[in-house]
Amino acid sequence: MTQLLLFNITNGLIIGAFYVLMALGLSLILNLSNTINFAHGGFLVIGGYIAYAITPYIGFWGALLVAPPLTALIGIVVERVLIRPLYGRDPLYSLLLTFGLAFIIEDGTRFIFGPQGKPVTIPPFLAQPLSSDFFFITGYRLFMVAVVMIAVALLFVLLRYTRLGIRIRAGTLDLETVAALGINVQMLRSLNFAVGIFLAGLSGVLAAGQLGLEPTMGTGLLMPSFIAIIVGGIGSLPGTLLGGLLIGVASGLTAVFLPAASEAVIYVMMAVVLLIRPRGLLGEEGMMS
Amino acid sequence: MSAEQARKLIVLAAIWLILLLAPYWMVPLGGYTALATRVLVLGLAAMSVNFLLGFTGVLSFGHAAYFGLGAYGAGLTLKFLAPSTPLALVAGMLLGGVCGAILGTLIVRRRGVYFAMVTIAFGQVFYYIAFQWSSLTGGDDGLRGFSRQPLDFGAFKLDILSNANNFYFFVLFCFALAVATMGFILRSPFGRTMIAIRENERRSRFLGIPVERHIWIAFTLSCFFMGFAGALYALVNNFADPRGLHYSQSGDFVMMAVMGGMRSFWGPLLGAAVFVILQDYLSSITVNWMSFVGLLFVLVVLFFPRGLLGFIRRSKA
Repeated sequence: MTQLLLFNITNGLIIGAFYVLMALGLSLILNLSNTINFAHGGFLVIGGYIAYAITPYIGFWGALLVAPPLTALIGIVVERVLIRPLYGRDPLYSLLLTFGLAFIIEDGTRFIFGPQGKPVTIPPFLAQPLSSDFFFITGYRLFMVAVVMIAVALLFVLLRYTRLGIRIRAGTLDLETVAALGINVQMLRSLNFAVGIFLAGLSGVLAAGQLGLEPTMGTGLLMPSFIAIIVGGIGSLPGTLLGGLLIGVASGLTAVFLPAASEAVIYVMMAVVLLIRPRGLLGEEGMMS
Repeated sequence: MSAEQARKLIVLAAIWLILLLAPYWMVPLGGYTALATRVLVLGLAAMSVNFLLGFTGVLSFGHAAYFGLGAYGAGLTLKFLAPSTPLALVAGMLLGGVCGAILGTLIVRRRGVYFAMVTIAFGQVFYYIAFQWSSLTGGDDGLRGFSRQPLDFGAFKLDILSNANNFYFFVLFCFALAVATMGFILRSPFGRTMIAIRENERRSRFLGIPVERHIWIAFTLSCFFMGFAGALYALVNNFADPRGLHYSQSGDFVMMAVMGGMRSFWGPLLGAAVFVILQDYLSSITVNWMSFVGLLFVLVVLFFPRGLLGFIRRSKA
């Protein structure tokens, strides 16, 4: 029983780590650009497939370094060409556009790489379980959690101490004033978008090593990421972090006792949060309304 | 009668004439009656989404949930309760509407993109329920084992199962009822406050309109219409599909409304017609129809944000 419990908590934490990476990127873009990026899961898929395509040439480590920036580059192009014209308009339009984009990315990867799952080979020493009792704690799983932790730490350092990060946070609070101070808001939004997509690309590479690749893999992560944002509190990145881990562990634990409800439990959590504390766990007053 | 009123009356007469005669002109043009029926039902759903989006100005991206609930409500009634088509329609409408009313109390506390996000997430709840509760709903395979029943008028029975034209006219009758109700609400003082909220929420609040409550009422009403449309859709297919509750279906409805023209009453019906016929055609010629539908989304957003009707009106002016 303890083993089963531990197994599911570990699983939940790892899934939660993915939710966190996805949700942080979504949250960044939502906060600064007022855009719900429905194609975020699609960018995860792009990151994963780039890794799949280049692993034979530069190995897993090379792919881990190269694929996320490449994905971010594609993100910048998409933002410039398609999303930028919509900033002045009702958020409905950017939502619909990214929604259509998600269709195109999913169908496009299916067209190029085929509908079957693709494996990405990871270094053999990472694939070993660490002990025979806890067979589920493979090196790769620990490695994933470590990478996510480093990425999140770097993101917070970026936001806290660099000029770009301070501008992003200022823009989240009051974009007009930031623009009035002479900061190029368009550029800021592009870079911010790129950071968000970088995180999606990174989760794509990590997911590819663990689960293999499928064109539809991004879609399943999108909804939990939304819920992580709502539960944690819109406008608060630490909230998103907390929300992602919470719903990951909650669904992992529910899988032990009531497997059928493991998906539903996160929605119940969201309903409870909205009922008791509408602004989310760490949300600031007035951010959500 | 002014020229403007006369023009409106002529347009209205033309719309109903086209709809009434659809089975007779669609078949020679290469369509089939069931396609016209689907356009009507999905058009009603798009109009219900637009009731909220275009006339109250709030975007629900999870309305497919109430559509799907309507479908399951009708299907389950026919399968387990009673073989009665009207009862199935009422049950579907009630299921969609009541669930919408309950969740609406939580949802109306948000605005803008956050309103959209919360509606999407709550919509997915019903998708998972329909997906997981296989013993009742048939899970991934969908709900089967029911069919629409003949209408019993006492003196005679009307066969709507095997006669496609009869069924089309029955659906058109239901559509007309729903659309008339919708038009009536929009013309009422309440409908005017909806438009006031869309135009300027803060000012509406200052004028003493209880904005939250009115948005909740509009949300609930549109969920009732949505449930009704969903119930009709279950009758069209004799089948209810969990994918009918999924947010991608909501996206399709919003797209139909935007593509036709959000600011006009009939726009979403036109959008639904274009969307359904295009999807029907694309999926018959290519397996990559998803890309084309996605491309359609992108192109409409970038180049026709006012929709077809908005585009026509603007080029005339």
